[in-house]
Amino acid sequence: MLELVLVSTLNGVLYGMLLFLMASGLTLIFSMMGVLNFAHASFYMLGAFFGYQISRFTGFWIALVVAPVVVGGLGALVERYGLRHVHRHGHVPELLFTFGLAYVIEEVVQMVWGKLPVDYRVPAALDFPAFTIFATNYPAYKLFMLGVSVVIFLCLLLALTRTRVGLIIQAALTHPNMVAMLGHDVPKVFMLVFGIGTGLAAVAGVIAGPALVTQANMAGLLGPILFVVVVVGGLGSLTGAFVASLLIGLVQTFAISLDVSVASVAESLGITAAPTEGVLRDLWTVTIAQVGPIIPYLLLVLVLIARPTGLLGNREA
Amino acid sequence: MSDAAHTVPDVAWASGGAAPAVARPRGAGLVATTLPWLAAAAIAAAAPLVFTSGTALTLMSLMGIMVVFALSYNMLLGQAGLLSFGHAVYYGLGAFATVHAMNVVALDRLPVPLPLIPLVGGLAGLVFGLLFGLVSTRRAGTVFAMISLGIAELVHSGSHTLHSVFGGEEGITANRTKMLRLFDLSFGPQIQVYYLIAAWALLCALLMYGITRTPLGRLCNAVRENPERVEFIGYEPRWIRFAAFSLSAGFAGVAGALAAINFEIANSAYLSVHQSGVVLLAAFIGGVGHFIGPVVGAVVVTMLQVSLSDLTEIWQLYFGLLFIAIVMFAPGGIAGLALMHGPLLRAGTAHRLIPAYALALGPALVMLAGGIALIEMSFRLLVKAGEGSAMSLLGIGFDAASPLPWLVALAMAGGGFLAFRATWGRVAEAWHAATPDVEEARR
Repeated sequence: MLELVLVSTLNGVLYGMLLFLMASGLTLIFSMMGVLNFAHASFYMLGAFFGYQISRFTGFWIALVVAPVVVGGLGALVERYGLRHVHRHGHVPELLFTFGLAYVIEEVVQMVWGKLPVDYRVPAALDFPAFTIFATNYPAYKLFMLGVSVVIFLCLLLALTRTRVGLIIQAALTHPNMVAMLGHDVPKVFMLVFGIGTGLAAVAGVIAGPALVTQANMAGLLGPILFVVVVVGGLGSLTGAFVASLLIGLVQTFAISLDVSVASVAESLGITAAPTEGVLRDLWTVTIAQVGPIIPYLLLVLVLIARPTGLLGNREA
Repeated sequence: MSDAAHTVPDVAWASGGAAPAVARPRGAGLVATTLPWLAAAAIAAAAPLVFTSGTALTLMSLMGIMVVFALSYNMLLGQAGLLSFGHAVYYGLGAFATVHAMNVVALDRLPVPLPLIPLVGGLAGLVFGLLFGLVSTRRAGTVFAMISLGIAELVHSGSHTLHSVFGGEEGITANRTKMLRLFDLSFGPQIQVYYLIAAWALLCALLMYGITRTPLGRLCNAVRENPERVEFIGYEPRWIRFAAFSLSAGFAGVAGALAAINFEIANSAYLSVHQSGVVLLAAFIGGVGHFIGPVVGAVVVTMLQVSLSDLTEIWQLYFGLLFIAIVMFAPGGIAGLALMHGPLLRAGTAHRLIPAYALALGPALVMLAGGIALIEMSFRLLVKAGEGSAMSLLGIGFDAASPLPWLVALAMAGGGFLAFRATWGRVAEAWHAATPDVEEARR
């Protein structure tokens, strides 16, 4: 039991930090431009595939740097020549543009790399068990992922609070007009934030690719979860995104390892009566592990009903 | 109010289904409103006589279903300004309710004919619309969009858990011929199903059009434009959104029911986020600013889905690119583009645009052809490398591995783009030249 709790906590924190790498960019982009970037998870996927492709030629470490830069550049181009153009039509077309973009990116990835998972491996230098808790070998690569996420989180925090650009970004979050009045090029700041945000998502993709499956549906699997994170945490709140990332990461990881259903609980309590057919039987025998994927969405709906600003947000979406 | 809808294409996506109120004699208005419906009924009735093949019949049945679905979606997006990413929930639940109802009717030999069965789907859609609408319509905008996405994922994931209701991976099947027979209609042949779908599609379209003309429909438009002012005149925007949402869910349920009757199966793909995406694409490509828009979109998207998938394996890529192009350059959709010319046609100046359009068409086609060739050649080399690099486009055979086709395609795409950009000024000029007369004609 202790082993399960320890390993699940480690995995949950790791998954949560990965989510935060993406959610931080997403929530920054939302705060500045008021648009929820539907294609954010697609940039994560591009990061993973670019990382795979580049690492085949140059090795993993160069790919870790080059792929996010390339994807971030792509993101900046998308903002400059796509999103900015749609911006004047209003928020709904912006959202629709990113929706279409997600669709196209998935198709392009399928076209280039096919529908099957690609063979994206953990670099040899990190392919060993870091330590052993009870009987579980914990891979060093997972620790490396955790380390990268934490370092980037700290850098982001420092950059936002301690540098001049960070201060301008923070100001542009709340008072974009005032920032423009002061002579800053707000559209350029937008482009920069979009580029950095998508670049961060790509970092997550490059490091998550070898640990998870690098496949053309990975954006579709992760995208909705990402929305849950930023909305539950509070749109535009970095701290909220951090808390919600960890929360969702832990909840999902623990849910997967809990093979408990009403039936098994009843059985251990010595209750033998059980519904034998219909919906009740389904509900009786379903395990927590099976409903695990639903929990984040349940959380999303509940949070939005009870507190539309999210857990730590102070403005409505 | 008539200006906004016609002269400013930028806001056309939201400028409402309301046609500008032009003072006309009452009798002429009646003819003008009934004529399109009679025409639509005539087209729906005559279409199977013209397109007699089985494929065409299936295609037209799908179009009818999609028309209802897309129109119901537009009650949200176009009329009430609510962007939903989970409209397939009501479509799918309507389909499942229908399949279960058909099985009950067949099992107990209840005296219910098939043409009445879509009512079950509509009712199911309405009930779930009322239920989920209660929690999701409190806010508009992004919160609404996110709740709709959350509910969609919830219901879709939940459908895998509740095996006895949703039938798991296989879904639940039904037999449409086991209903009470009226007038000796078995509904076995596709032609009978087509007419059933067409009749329901017309009825639903008529009802949905009627709703846009009621005070509720107008209030929906008002809530979309400015909820605060609606509150000032004494209405609660939340309940107006709620009413629009539930009604729209009801019509989506009818569409799901028609689909269930057509395929005789309901499975979790009906509920999927992908299905919600398709209806969003259909409504938007057609144009959400006009009532006719989603109808156009449904027809075009269904045709593209079927015919493009025959032509190329990467049709979904073209589909997505088309959608992005519409969002970027024609937010009013196909209908918005076409209806922009209405005032010019009425003023009799539309013909002045023809030379400019003809001039721009050539480069546009060259650019498109070049772009498509580039995409297809990349696809050939990257995915189908095993089948060799020899390929053909439009009957022209070439080798995708040699540099010449690439140079030609690049030149076509690039040159076409530059030429198109150069001619675009002409189009704008012609457009401006044609419009002032419209203003005069109006006065």
